[in-house]
Amino acid sequence: MLDFPVWKRLTLWGLTLLAFIAAVPSLIGPTGLTIPEDVPTPEINLGLDLAGGSHLLLEAKSEDVAAQRLENLEESVRQEMRRAEPRIRIGDISTANDQLSFILDDASDIDRARGLLEPLIEGTVGSTRQWDLSVVDGQRMVLTPTDGGTAQAVDDALESATEVVRRRIDLLGTREPTIIRQGDTRIVVQVPGLEDPEALKELLGKTAQLEFKLVDESALPTNVEAGIAPPGSQIFPWAEGTDREGSSLAVRRLGGIRGDNLTNAQAGVDPETNEDAVSITFDSAGARKFAQLSTENVGKTFAIILDGKVLSAPYFREPILGGAAQISGSFDADSANTLAISLRSGALPVPLEVVEQRTVGPDLGADSIRRGMLAMLIGSLAVITLMIATYGRFGIYATIALVFNIAGLLGIMAIGNFTLTLPGIAGFVLTVGAAVDANVLINERIREERKRGRKVIAAVENGYKEASRAIYDANITNFISGVLLLSFGSGPVRGFAIVLIIGLVTSVFTALLLTRMWVADWLRGKRPSDINI
Amino acid sequence: MKLLKLVPANTNIKFLKLRVPFFVGSVLLIIASWALVFTQGLNYGVDFAGGQEIQATFTQSEEAPIPDLRERIGALDNVGDPVVQRFGEANQVSIRVKLPPEAEGNPEFANQMTSAIVTSLESNYNDIQIDAVNSVSGKVSGEFRQSAVTALLAAMLAVALYIWIRFEWQFGVGALFALFHDVSLTLGMFALFQLEFSLQIIAAILAIIGYSLNDTIVVYDRIRENLKKYRKMQLPELLDLSVNETLARTVMTSLTLLVAMLPLLFFGPASLFGLVAAITAGLFFGTYSSVYLASPILIWLGVTSTSFVPQETAADRQEKIARGEAKSARPIVE
Repeated sequence: MLDFPVWKRLTLWGLTLLAFIAAVPSLIGPTGLTIPEDVPTPEINLGLDLAGGSHLLLEAKSEDVAAQRLENLEESVRQEMRRAEPRIRIGDISTANDQLSFILDDASDIDRARGLLEPLIEGTVGSTRQWDLSVVDGQRMVLTPTDGGTAQAVDDALESATEVVRRRIDLLGTREPTIIRQGDTRIVVQVPGLEDPEALKELLGKTAQLEFKLVDESALPTNVEAGIAPPGSQIFPWAEGTDREGSSLAVRRLGGIRGDNLTNAQAGVDPETNEDAVSITFDSAGARKFAQLSTENVGKTFAIILDGKVLSAPYFREPILGGAAQISGSFDADSANTLAISLRSGALPVPLEVVEQRTVGPDLGADSIRRGMLAMLIGSLAVITLMIATYGRFGIYATIALVFNIAGLLGIMAIGNFTLTLPGIAGFVLTVGAAVDANVLINERIREERKRGRKVIAAVENGYKEASRAIYDANITNFISGVLLLSFGSGPVRGFAIVLIIGLVTSVFTALLLTRMWVADWLRGKRPSDINI
Repeated sequence: MKLLKLVPANTNIKFLKLRVPFFVGSVLLIIASWALVFTQGLNYGVDFAGGQEIQATFTQSEEAPIPDLRERIGALDNVGDPVVQRFGEANQVSIRVKLPPEAEGNPEFANQMTSAIVTSLESNYNDIQIDAVNSVSGKVSGEFRQSAVTALLAAMLAVALYIWIRFEWQFGVGALFALFHDVSLTLGMFALFQLEFSLQIIAAILAIIGYSLNDTIVVYDRIRENLKKYRKMQLPELLDLSVNETLARTVMTSLTLLVAMLPLLFFGPASLFGLVAAITAGLFFGTYSSVYLASPILIWLGVTSTSFVPQETAADRQEKIARGEAKSARPIVE
């Protein structure tokens, strides 16, 4: 029990030293001293609640992904049927109830139609099946999305949305943002040092989905204002800040183009009208589509729609072949700039909503650290006083163990790159109070064993042996509740759990191994016939 | 050097003599706590209720203009009734606005409300410094509520299961009841004083579960040891002995935890107050329940001196009879 072979000794001191070295950078950081750059310095990450910064949790509207997907399918189906030789005529197309259904004019086309739909239904090679096809009454074809297909679409949308978010934040010029996907439909954005996230929220709140659609000139204005769209059309409200804010416009649902294929977007001032505007440049595919649309519709009015709101409705004076256009209508210099950034970084494939925001200013965090450190210092001194007053020499061992314990905790957090949060500070203080429990158990047991008349060595041996059972049980149950805490809640609370869990490991290590080694060395060296405990 | 003895050696306090009144009293306190939780309700913070919370400092003022703030924010469109309180120093405030009913189904509501309030504050007060903003939508707060309940239940059951495996089922039940007592009283305290109930408090309660169990385990471990050592001793007497033997440790550990936490309670950051208060209170509940609830329950659940003795099965018995070591054919355990 009290025998410590050399290898064990070296391992214990080695581990302790390692933790101490790892803890050093975190300890001298706040003192203002600097460490030479080329020395590797693992330092504890400070959570946003201590370092200051903004945390945003964004959620994708997955139902929008599904709706968009249905619309794309409709367009593809129409195209396939039109291109078929001979053409397959279809009618009564509907996208209600989250499914696409249509009737074949001629029921004998069914096998050909099926063949044409096959690639759409199956998706690309290797992907899951995208749609289920059923035929009703031999003539009506109904396509319903498969769960796998929808999930894949949402996943793809989130994947590219994450990229778009990253590009937009980079364009803002903020430092070291963390952008990670969380679950199926969420993205976590953390920007250290960002105190006022309003601009960021503004930027991320825009999908920047730019659309050019033909205006349905046949729609009756009264119907449009009442929200009734003619067949094949849909109604969009005019954007705030435009001349016609408050009223709406009917546009053709299909046949427009999207502003996905842009190579550039710049804010500027329209020289003719002196209005703030954004000039955009299409890539070659986009330019071709835009040229085709404008050529086929010279003289007709089209609507420029951003995020579901009409910005302007000019008409095609002549075919636009150069692939450049200008958007204006409701901008000031700031909003034109925001839009230009959004367009340059690409449209979000799905709208994102801010469902959680946590922002902490740097002063509050620094104040929390200061107060936390002070409280921990006072608390530690009180614990140490109590331990030494109660257990004498054994209390001093427990105190040194406590110092090693805290150093080990800091060191492991630094090496493991764990994050210290505000509740984590409470976790540190709690660990200080609880870590000595193992030593209390052992020391009380040694007292008892002495009282029962055991010799010093036997009493100490028995004390460690009998107490370790309860120490292990108590720490394992604490570990269980710590792990459950880790799986629960948000970042700050997890920081609390991490400190508690690491603190359990280090306190068992220091109490059961380190103090025992010291006590053993002392007993072997002095061979006292009595101990004061 | 004369060492400090917080608990005199060889105490012999008859803890279990009053077990019935203490048990009844504890059950009544548990009931009262839940009654408070259901009638008064818990004062949910933004984490669980949804809405937003802003902490701000008026850097050039002695005192924050609380009534003015209340009026100004209350007058904003689409913003519910604000709760404006001093938070920390006299020139620091916390402004909380819960989600109004019309936020239902609109995950963006909390965020829009937050932006409106921040904009209004910054344009109306020159010296305001926004220290922290927390805004949580109804959907996310609902998820937090869900996972809080799951985590609490899972933690209690998991540790009770562990104790059952390491000891006997009676000890698992006893520990579970003691934990239920600690959690109930902590919740009751939050309902009574209407302290803000946030994610941090759930973290505190999970920590309480862990540390309260420490005490229970230490006492149980001693009971197990004594049950093997003193086969003939009456159970209440044996439990008293075990509690008394571990009393010095129980007091010492509770005290070290207390002196570590108290400075944090008084000098720590204002945003940790709830967490630290919950842990500190939980310390008392936990120490009490390990002594007065976890042990006496063992009597009522029928723990006996043979609980930890390896028991004979019918087959063992038959073998012994065959060897002529035992007389009766009646097995001890079926």
